[in-house]
Amino acid sequence: MSELIDLFLTFAKIGLFTFGGGYAMISLIENDCVEKKKWITHDEMMDVTVIAESTPGPIAINCATYVGYKKGRLPGAIIATLGVVLPSFIIIFLISKVFDRFLEITWVANAFRGIKIAVGILIVDAAVKMLIKMKKKPMPMIMVVCSAVAMILISIFSVNISSMVLMIASAFIGIVVFIIGSHANKGEKRG
Amino acid sequence: MIYLDLLIGFLEVGFFSFGGAYAAIPLIRDVVLAHGWMDDEMVAYMIAISESTPGPIMVNMATYVGSVKGGIPGAMIATTAVVLPAFLIILLIMVLLKKALQNKYVKAALGGLKPCVIGIILSTGILMMIRNCNISLKAKPDVLTIGLSCVLAAVYFGSKKIIKKGISPIMLICVSALVGVVAYGI
Repeated sequence: MSELIDLFLTFAKIGLFTFGGGYAMISLIENDCVEKKKWITHDEMMDVTVIAESTPGPIAINCATYVGYKKGRLPGAIIATLGVVLPSFIIIFLISKVFDRFLEITWVANAFRGIKIAVGILIVDAAVKMLIKMKKKPMPMIMVVCSAVAMILISIFSVNISSMVLMIASAFIGIVVFIIGSHANKGEKRG
Repeated sequence: MIYLDLLIGFLEVGFFSFGGAYAAIPLIRDVVLAHGWMDDEMVAYMIAISESTPGPIMVNMATYVGSVKGGIPGAMIATTAVVLPAFLIILLIMVLLKKALQNKYVKAALGGLKPCVIGIILSTGILMMIRNCNISLKAKPDVLTIGLSCVLAAVYFGSKKIIKKGISPIMLICVSALVGVVAYGI
């Protein structure tokens, strides 16, 4: 029971402090669930991120459901997902009902401008951490650079290409490289 | 009936929003405008609110639309609908497809996806920083934000070298909010 409460409070905290969407949340989940509580390993976190990115829905929900299920099966998954949703649910509900001109309050707007800087830093931090833990082979490194550059170009020239296209292509590349690799191995063994 | 519309509309969003919130924003816009739930100006305001309040952006939008259109029950239905597909898919993967994840071809595909996802996240972070600082060919860059970004990044990454665990992400967010109020307020 205390484990479920811990799950709920941890994900409620993560939900309360995640600004700017799921990518910024990766840093927070890393900090709490991997480094502090050791609920999941860094490799698992990487897997969840990849799965979250390849499946529909908010990344935060995917991550919370994964960690929750691992710690406490179905009740855990429900509690963690509820935890990550509840703070923003309450905040948005209040804003939509009470504070009509919320973003026009000067100090609120200024605080958000500051927070946006932090969000950028946290997202880069999440990517750098994954990059450091990744096996340093030429092929993956090239793919990291290519996809990053492609995304930046897509955004700068506002081309209407979704990141899904990049992801499908790289999954395909992964399989092709694997098939070529295993054929090469067989050839070596025969030779 | 509004509740049924909210349920179906946001289930659709939850099911088809691949690639996180930024892919979902146009999708939600379409659903909201198609149902005539809000006008263009209201949608823009709702997106701004959802981006600048804590929590997953998609969930924020669902709660907002649901609450405006159907009060507490509306908010609950829309939020549950947007969350449900992601929740069920992860459960499905963990319960039924665990073995599939060990398949060598699936592993190879995931191996290809990993560097791509890292690249996408990296570029999202970099783009966000560039946009914050208003760096573009046409406009004048926002020097104050560039300065603040450098200082905050130096403090965040530098603290990891000095103290063992460094400043936590939550700490960084609180400090940045404070810095924003002070620096932009003057």
